[in-house]
Amino acid sequence: MRHSLASRWLSLVVLASLSCALVGWLAARSFAQDKPRSGGELIFVVPSEPPSYDAHREETFGVIHPLAPHYNTLLRTDPFDRTGTKPVGDLAESWTVSKDGRTYTFKIRKGVKFHDGSELTAKDVKASYDKIVFPPQGVASDRQGQYTNVEAVQALDPNTVVFRLKFPQGSFLSSVASPWNWIYKADILAKDPRWYETHVMGTGPFTFVEHVKGSHWVGKKNPNYWDKGKPYLDGYRAIFVKDSAAQVAAVRGDRAHIQFRGFSPAERDSLVQALGPKITVQESPWDCVLLVALNHEKKPFDDKRVRRALTLALDRYQGSQALSKIAIVKEVAGVVVPGTPFATPPAELEKLAGYSRDIAKSRAEAKRLLKEAGVPDGFSFTFKNRGIPMPYEPVGVWLIDQWRQIGVNVRQEVVEAAAYYGQVLRPGNYEAAMDFQCGYIVEPDLDVYKFQSKEISPANYSRYTDKTLDDLFTKQSRAQDPEERKKFIRDFEKRLLDDEAHYLYTLQWHRIIPHSARVKGWTITPSHYLNNQLDTVWLTQ
Amino acid sequence: MSSVPRRIDDVAELGTDEARRSWLATVWEFSRRRPLGAIGGAIVLLNLIVAVGANVLAPYDPVATDYGAMLARPSAAHWLGTDAYGRDVLSRIVYGSRTAMLVGFSCAVLGATIGAVIGVGSAYFGGRVDLIVQRVMDIFLAFPLIILALAVVSILGTGIWNVILAITVPMIPRAALVSRSSALAIREMPYVDAARAAGFRHVRIILRHMLPNVMAPYLIMLTAYLGQAILLEASLSFLGLGVAEPTAAWGLMLRGAAVQFAESAPWMAIFPGLAISLAVFAFNLFGDSLRDALDPRLRTQ
Repeated sequence: MRHSLASRWLSLVVLASLSCALVGWLAARSFAQDKPRSGGELIFVVPSEPPSYDAHREETFGVIHPLAPHYNTLLRTDPFDRTGTKPVGDLAESWTVSKDGRTYTFKIRKGVKFHDGSELTAKDVKASYDKIVFPPQGVASDRQGQYTNVEAVQALDPNTVVFRLKFPQGSFLSSVASPWNWIYKADILAKDPRWYETHVMGTGPFTFVEHVKGSHWVGKKNPNYWDKGKPYLDGYRAIFVKDSAAQVAAVRGDRAHIQFRGFSPAERDSLVQALGPKITVQESPWDCVLLVALNHEKKPFDDKRVRRALTLALDRYQGSQALSKIAIVKEVAGVVVPGTPFATPPAELEKLAGYSRDIAKSRAEAKRLLKEAGVPDGFSFTFKNRGIPMPYEPVGVWLIDQWRQIGVNVRQEVVEAAAYYGQVLRPGNYEAAMDFQCGYIVEPDLDVYKFQSKEISPANYSRYTDKTLDDLFTKQSRAQDPEERKKFIRDFEKRLLDDEAHYLYTLQWHRIIPHSARVKGWTITPSHYLNNQLDTVWLTQ
Repeated sequence: MSSVPRRIDDVAELGTDEARRSWLATVWEFSRRRPLGAIGGAIVLLNLIVAVGANVLAPYDPVATDYGAMLARPSAAHWLGTDAYGRDVLSRIVYGSRTAMLVGFSCAVLGATIGAVIGVGSAYFGGRVDLIVQRVMDIFLAFPLIILALAVVSILGTGIWNVILAITVPMIPRAALVSRSSALAIREMPYVDAARAAGFRHVRIILRHMLPNVMAPYLIMLTAYLGQAILLEASLSFLGLGVAEPTAAWGLMLRGAAVQFAESAPWMAIFPGLAISLAVFAFNLFGDSLRDALDPRLRTQ
């Protein structure tokens, strides 16, 4: 009996030990999986190609995705922040702002080397920013207009750069964290400011290997990268594939790990269905939105009652629920991406015209406004849309259906994508037309700049002049206190979307990235221009 | 030889033997001799009836969305299922036939008629006029039908009337070529010489004495072009260059969400595809049989 008891105890002890060992092994394995692993080549699909290699002059993600890993910027957005709104140091290790908010001083990291072995200094930062802000004759700088507030850029010493502004600007740090502002080598720029259009030479985590047009782009690990231990990958290969079905097939067939721009809900579902646990899906509100521009120079759209009626007709919540199943749109939002610091809280948003959850009441009000404006029953107009299927087509169909609910008959005219801006929006050749806004970083200055009066903003396709709106833009831009800035943004939004209904917001785009579960260390953000340096990305076994 | 008129103005009396018989008997004779053509003709007729009576036959409003029934599979409520916006696929096919018939008939009639007038005129005048007209036609003929239609729609823009124009333009030179070859033989006929000698004006000779005699190839072209026009309209709409949403059109139903959801909601693509195939097949069958019936050489075989 005693023997039996001892044997039972022994069995228990052995079992407990084995259990502990198993738990420990599993924990260690799990920890090992979360710990970045070095090695491997990341393969990603790029649906576009770089027109040139110079990000200062280009505006397509086709440049950012394959080339960003070769460069650094002064600041960048935190690669692990899903809102894409937190500037952190990249080449700058610290910075200070003067009390009057007009002088920004950045300390540059020491020991940063270009891929040719030369050391990066403040001189290179100054030369790069001079090219962006004050481009020489014959050199294109696509975002020069966003830095008109910069008075001067100075290199005080090899490790200090100072930006002097004409007036305080709440968004300046975000502007410096722009993913387009790669730091180039000053000596090269001095010899030929257009050298970077055809060559690659930065300080980034990966060096350039080859670019075969129409096929692929290859980068390999920079062994002398200043951030020791990074990058984790041995290299990367960007493959250029325009057709979305072929992109999905590449991920499905394990010929690519990821595509950084985004897939449609149907494509996501087909990948999840095919690959199950081998696929990870990251989703986020996207800092892009389709808008309806109402031409104020054409009757009856010069009457704000008509414009308000058209926004009141939209059941955005039902639209969100339905369209998010078939298109890359989802969130009901105001002028700032939902979930980010300056976004309007949902309860406050519901107070705006067209954002109420009581759609019957909104539509009754819409009909009353149309009647009051003297618009006849069965009023009809032509809505011009851009010839791009996703998401222009589903959103266009939805809009027409919504307007039908208040007795407005709308005929859609689809204009070829390449000719759309030149033939429709810029010359004002429309009554109502689809417009588009997409930010490369979540920053109210960038998101609402276009809505200023037509004399200020050439992208104001509703073609109105509204000095009050211009004033509110300036106030929010210069506000130093975030709470004060929020208030001005709310006022701006109310005037733009409700009081005057200059523009109609449809639904925020929704970014969907289904990628191989082997890809780790990459966090989705609301912009497909952000987080493409790949220094934090690694692959599991 | 019976097709050759005996007097100058007896063109209208051509085929008087046939004219004496009732049209029902003619249809019966055609159906008995060419059953495939009769089936084609019946489908064409059905298409026409559906197009005309779409508002009575369609169970739902073709543009009414129902977001609660998106991508619903075929059921008692929606016989052919619903599309990505919850619109009834059957209703959109029924209304789509209206678009198809409107585009098909407009393009075929316009293309074949204008082409026939140009072709006969060119053959009648001959010489330099014929040379210049034919070279211009050759230029147009150098482009495949779809490419020329794409070019026209790119210049004019989308929309149903532009699509009709875009499809009609490339059909004209093809019709002109066929009509000219028939008219060249007619030009040498004594009754044309007689009309000239009698001092009739060119327009009268062309319209009254020559055009009626190219009726057989004209009718064949007409039916052949109907099918082609429907297919072209569907192709242009599929490419996003034809009619625009939310108008119901078969080609339009095949693009966008139909492609995206081809695996999970195949009915969105299958049924409009079937409608296009059936209509084109029917027009071609009917056209071929009509050609056989009207071509004297084939008739004797």
